[in-house]
Amino acid sequence: MAGDGRPRSVHRLFEMAPLFRRGSRRSPAELINAGYSRTVYCNNPACPEALDLNYPDNSISTTKYTVANFVPKSIFEQFRRVANFFFLMVACISFSPLAPYRAVSILLPLVLVVGATMAKEAVEDWQRKKQDIEVNNRKVNVYDGAHFFYQTEWKKLRVGDIIMVEKDEFFPADLLLLSTSYDDGICYVETMNLDGETNLKRKQSLEVTSILHNEHSFQKFEAFIKCEDPNEKLYSFVGVMNYEGVQYPLTPKQILLRDSKLRNTQKIYGVVIFTGHDTKVMQNAMDPPSKRSNIERRMDKIIYVLFTLLVFISSISSVFFGINTRNETDAGKYMWYLRPDKPSIYFDPKKASLAAFFHFLTDLMLYGCLIPISLYISIEIVKVLQSLFIDHDQEMYCKESDKPARARTSNLNEELGQVNTILSDKTGTLTCNSMEFVKCSIAGFDYGSKSFELEKTLTKGRQYELSELHSLSFASERQNYESRKPPKGFSFVDDRLMNGQWIQEPNADLIQFFFHALAICHTAIPVVSQSGEISYEAESPDEAAFVTAAREFGFEFYRRTETSISLHEFDPKAGRKVDRTYELLNTIEFSSARKRMSVIVKTNENQLLLFCKGADSVIFERLAKQGQLFEHNTKCHINEYSESGLRTLAVAYRVLSAEEYITWHDGFLKAKNSVNAEHDAIVDEAADRIERELILLGATAVEDKLQKGVPECINKLAQAGIKIWILTGDKLETAINIGFACQLLRKGMELLVITLDNQDINDMKKNGDRDALEKTLHESIRNQIHEAQSQVSKMKGSNVLFALIIDGDSLAFALSSSLEHSFLDLSVDCASVICCRTSPKQKALVTRLVKRRTRKTTLAIGDGANDVGMLQEADIGVGISGVEGMQAVMSSDFAIAQFRFLERLLLVHGHWCYRRISAMICYFFYKNITFGFTLFWFETHAYFSGQPAYNDWYIAFYSVGFTSLPVIALGVFDKDISSRLCLKFPKLHQDGIQNIFFSWPRILGWMINGVCSSLIIYYFTTRIIFEQAFRQDGHVAGYDILGVTMYTCVVWTVNCQLAIYLSYFTWIQHFVIWGSIIFWYIFLVIYGFFPPNISTTAYRVFLEACAASPLYWLATLLVVISALVPYFSYSNFQKTLFPKYHNLIQRLQVKRER
Amino acid sequence: MNDYHGSAAGPSSGSGDGSAPRRNSKRPKYSKFTQQELPACKPILTPRWVISVLTLVGVVFVPIGVASLMASNNVVEIVDRYDAKCIPGNMSSDKVGYIQDDTIDKSCIRTLTVPKDMDQPIYVYYQLDNFYQNHRRYVKSRNDAQLRDSEQADKTSGCDPEKNARDGSPIVPCGLIAWSLFNDTYSFALSGKILTVNKKDISWKSDRDHKFGKDVFPRNFQNGTLKGGATLNPNIPLSDQEDLIVWMRTAALPTFRKLYGRIEQDLKANDTITVTLKNNYNTYSFNGKKKLVLSTSSWLGGKNDFIGIAYLTVGGLCFFLATAFTVVYLVKPRKLGDPSYLSWNRNPSGH
Repeated sequence: MAGDGRPRSVHRLFEMAPLFRRGSRRSPAELINAGYSRTVYCNNPACPEALDLNYPDNSISTTKYTVANFVPKSIFEQFRRVANFFFLMVACISFSPLAPYRAVSILLPLVLVVGATMAKEAVEDWQRKKQDIEVNNRKVNVYDGAHFFYQTEWKKLRVGDIIMVEKDEFFPADLLLLSTSYDDGICYVETMNLDGETNLKRKQSLEVTSILHNEHSFQKFEAFIKCEDPNEKLYSFVGVMNYEGVQYPLTPKQILLRDSKLRNTQKIYGVVIFTGHDTKVMQNAMDPPSKRSNIERRMDKIIYVLFTLLVFISSISSVFFGINTRNETDAGKYMWYLRPDKPSIYFDPKKASLAAFFHFLTDLMLYGCLIPISLYISIEIVKVLQSLFIDHDQEMYCKESDKPARARTSNLNEELGQVNTILSDKTGTLTCNSMEFVKCSIAGFDYGSKSFELEKTLTKGRQYELSELHSLSFASERQNYESRKPPKGFSFVDDRLMNGQWIQEPNADLIQFFFHALAICHTAIPVVSQSGEISYEAESPDEAAFVTAAREFGFEFYRRTETSISLHEFDPKAGRKVDRTYELLNTIEFSSARKRMSVIVKTNENQLLLFCKGADSVIFERLAKQGQLFEHNTKCHINEYSESGLRTLAVAYRVLSAEEYITWHDGFLKAKNSVNAEHDAIVDEAADRIERELILLGATAVEDKLQKGVPECINKLAQAGIKIWILTGDKLETAINIGFACQLLRKGMELLVITLDNQDINDMKKNGDRDALEKTLHESIRNQIHEAQSQVSKMKGSNVLFALIIDGDSLAFALSSSLEHSFLDLSVDCASVICCRTSPKQKALVTRLVKRRTRKTTLAIGDGANDVGMLQEADIGVGISGVEGMQAVMSSDFAIAQFRFLERLLLVHGHWCYRRISAMICYFFYKNITFGFTLFWFETHAYFSGQPAYNDWYIAFYSVGFTSLPVIALGVFDKDISSRLCLKFPKLHQDGIQNIFFSWPRILGWMINGVCSSLIIYYFTTRIIFEQAFRQDGHVAGYDILGVTMYTCVVWTVNCQLAIYLSYFTWIQHFVIWGSIIFWYIFLVIYGFFPPNISTTAYRVFLEACAASPLYWLATLLVVISALVPYFSYSNFQKTLFPKYHNLIQRLQVKRER
Repeated sequence: MNDYHGSAAGPSSGSGDGSAPRRNSKRPKYSKFTQQELPACKPILTPRWVISVLTLVGVVFVPIGVASLMASNNVVEIVDRYDAKCIPGNMSSDKVGYIQDDTIDKSCIRTLTVPKDMDQPIYVYYQLDNFYQNHRRYVKSRNDAQLRDSEQADKTSGCDPEKNARDGSPIVPCGLIAWSLFNDTYSFALSGKILTVNKKDISWKSDRDHKFGKDVFPRNFQNGTLKGGATLNPNIPLSDQEDLIVWMRTAALPTFRKLYGRIEQDLKANDTITVTLKNNYNTYSFNGKKKLVLSTSSWLGGKNDFIGIAYLTVGGLCFFLATAFTVVYLVKPRKLGDPSYLSWNRNPSGH
């Protein structure tokens, strides 16, 4: 039942997002008391009462930080990351004698990393700040309260100010519209910045205030407004104005929202109601839910693993140290040169356990390099660059709409490569959302003969080669229309109706009514161009198609005022075109809950008519007995239309008597004037009372064309093993047909349909009581699901693919907690799922369930405001920046211009980003482990005393100097498989879904590789550079030289390991990898020239000692090659004997290029 | 790329880049960088490549290994462990007591036979074993500023527990390292004739020039209750105290050699060298060994077979792996990029 639900409109969906996030909502009762306290003293913002209210001024700030709190706040943000916090702690204790090396070598990486991140934050915030300053200082004309308007900055506006806004200016705050340059107080606004809708919206002032036209008239204007408190609902407003002793109810019609733009109107006057952060647009501006990718979540786990490892080896070290220290006094172990007789707390044979504890802290610092401190910042840099590649990809640029792809959040790039389920909206996403009026059924007759594209696609074999069909259908079209190009939105061909021929039809009067309904029952605005041609601005493309159709049929709508609609129409009696004006009494608008809209007009003959159009189910249940005459025929036609993939609406009318109307109107007005939270429900109920006893006229059918490349794209994605769900508001038949048209459903697929639309249930609906009905429905859904499940399990093993189709009503039951499991199990077994007749909220719910239950990555794609909830709920939200404005894009993570770009986004960029990020993280752990463990092995030979093997600054520069850029190059540039092959072999995407590049075995494999490398490096260097002379001149190598040699080997090994791993070398990779190694030598030379108290053991060590020693160079060569051989041979054996899919494709690539 | 050139592209079309996008168009500008099309090489390691790389490594490594082994074999080395032998039989049960008793003369005479001809210079080392010069407490216990600059003699921070003399005045050089300076001495005679040991330039030049001051003289050194190792002549500046400089360049591992001096005279095979040594240094408390080493050097330094053997082993391993790959490649040949492998059925829903 349409009237029973809580009021919702499509647009109100914005509210759904916060609904999901906030735990509780205030109860309605509370709202009545608490939510309507705002008082505005119009034209008197400085009166004491107004000042008492202390409303904020109109300046806004969207920055995260202020100058004062930047440092503490951003530092706090930084140290919420566990790795950073660890290093902060380490840095604190590094000033104590516990530190194994100087504090600076711990501080340097930390400061660099935190500093870089903070700098990034600061730059981003500064951009926002600049924008704020620009906005706050825009100029606006404000009334001084007595004489004239003067210019001031936006930020100085106060609640109650009267301001003047001129054409094409933005409104500086939420305003109550007082009057406009039009006499009837209407104006047009564009709300692009709020909801992204490009069409104009009409606003109208109260009649009493519409006469205030100039500066003088405001002198005595004084009013008092009581209204709702600031809230985020863009499309509702409840309030009353006390003016000259009378209360006038206020509606959203009188409210002009900040950031929308005045159009087609010279100027307006208004009173400021909400300022600054109280405005609806600012209340709406909330941070989108922050999403983290799977890989990042797993990465956190690995960091904990590393922490455990760190604690583990630190414990081993400190236990051994404790034992060693305690045994110090034993005979035969007395190391007199350490003076155990003069102990300190860090080395006290008598209190060995205390010393061991302190030693533990030392070890945490010493092995701290196991924790990759620069990992986060490196990943951030990499992801920003990856997003840049997505933004700049020419293959994802849409020429028609001049829109490139946009990665709006950069932290989900790699998630694109792991998408397992796509949940797609239909209209505007798969289809163009440009409606064409193609057929209609009037009084039981079917009109319109053009075979339209979609139908052709369906009938001509439902095969793959769609492009051919396109050209075919274009050809036939051309033949049909050689004489005349049809206007946009109209491709109706039927000589019976065209060119005034409809008069000859048997039910000409009904046809006339039908055309009247099309021409009158809408909220479109005519726009007359200079050449006199009329086009229409409408809220939905369907509506524009209807008005255009009416015009083509000879009922041209050309003017709209607040109280009238004017048409040029053919008068059969007079036999010629006449201008007629209909007095517009009421417009009861469309909402997704009502699924219908109605208009009540008074004709010149004083006849009261109600025209209603809406979803067939809603209209049919409101028909009068005598109005059901054509119900059967119309139903048949509607079914036919929807079977061929058209969108249908039923059209009806009703003649009202004056008394009837007046009684109803009183109630309706009362409902409208109610000021409380139930307002919408009351209004809906009031409206419901008149939309009854309708007489059916017929039905319309409009075609929603498939977007270019959709079937091919879906086909590819299906080959990639991605499950695709379509969530649409369409009827079951339409949805199935769209499914076939876009290759989601294919011949040979077994369709499982779950629906509540059968005769028994419909009968029950009409007369059953609610509880019993509910139970029966629930039972019916349960049975259907179980039946389907058994069908699926029977066929298991065979190659039959299943598709599940479920409608919205059934979905509501299927998603109830008792059935949700079996429903999802069933849907997981199906290759594609279509949910039709879904409400926006259900879309979001389905998305959440799929995400939760499958625990795989979900991607939602949509274009309209009704997809916002779904986009935010999914792991990745992709917005189509198409016709329906920017709302979906604003809440999406990626924006593309057309559905077909999804293929490239997922299969190419997704694959690359996923592989790059996972390879990068694995390698990061590898390089830190390799380095950290050489320290540990050295420890075992240094009596576990905590002496680092290397000079302090070598350690400090390891992460940020010699290994930082190559790993970033890996993350940004590596490309294992060319984009062409990625697209050619969509199965590659399975790598991401199965997460083979970032599986635990792989991560552990890299870690083990790191441990192996470190062992080889340590063992080989210490054996080569042993006690013997290290050069021809007889010098032996000390601690300093061993450190340099070992470090050289580490730098070479980790960089060469990367070089082996990379599969794509441009000059950048060469530059950073070999550059890093060369930089190490340069660093060593420069550092060696620092005075000995800075460079200590590194003083001239390279030039004086190492460079001239062949042993040093031979050791480097031997150690590096030996450390790489295990990985090299393992990976090649694996590639030869047990190649993975991507290995094979890589080879194919080599072959092709030869 | 088919719609890339707008209608106005004109003659420049086909160039692939550069043609300016239409005004105000948001089309991303083309650059090889942003389109990720930079010229690149893609080193996919095919079996042939792998086999060649491994063979190449083997081919390079084996000769290096042979050369290193030969160099090591050409080095003549005499190693004499004397810590136990230089204890009189009656004291062998109380070695620590013996070494700590200042009243006993610690002289000891050892006779070494030269196994092969040794060309000059012959390097004289002492080798300590189980001596942890890399212990953190030990390594830290020094002050570089003090050693370098006579005006900073007071700076003894970090030198605990050998910081100040009993009267509180600073010790120069302070710290455990200096305090435990090795103090065995050796003198050599070849058939009755004294072999001069040149002790000049046994330390690194940079140490002498920059780390140890020419105007810094030892002060309060070894004045404490417990004497560690050698004493220093307070009239010789630190930069000339080469034994100290060598000692203070700490060793990395618990077994290490330090240069003692050079014998600049050739020795013939079967020459007998008499070494008169003073066995002063206490390694007995911690069961350390002391060795005297005479060694020539090669281009690779001293005698150590490890690097040669390692090169040969790794080289051999690479040959082995190359062979293994060849066998695998022959037994189980995979045609490169055979598309039939690509169609193998993967279960799209995963496991």
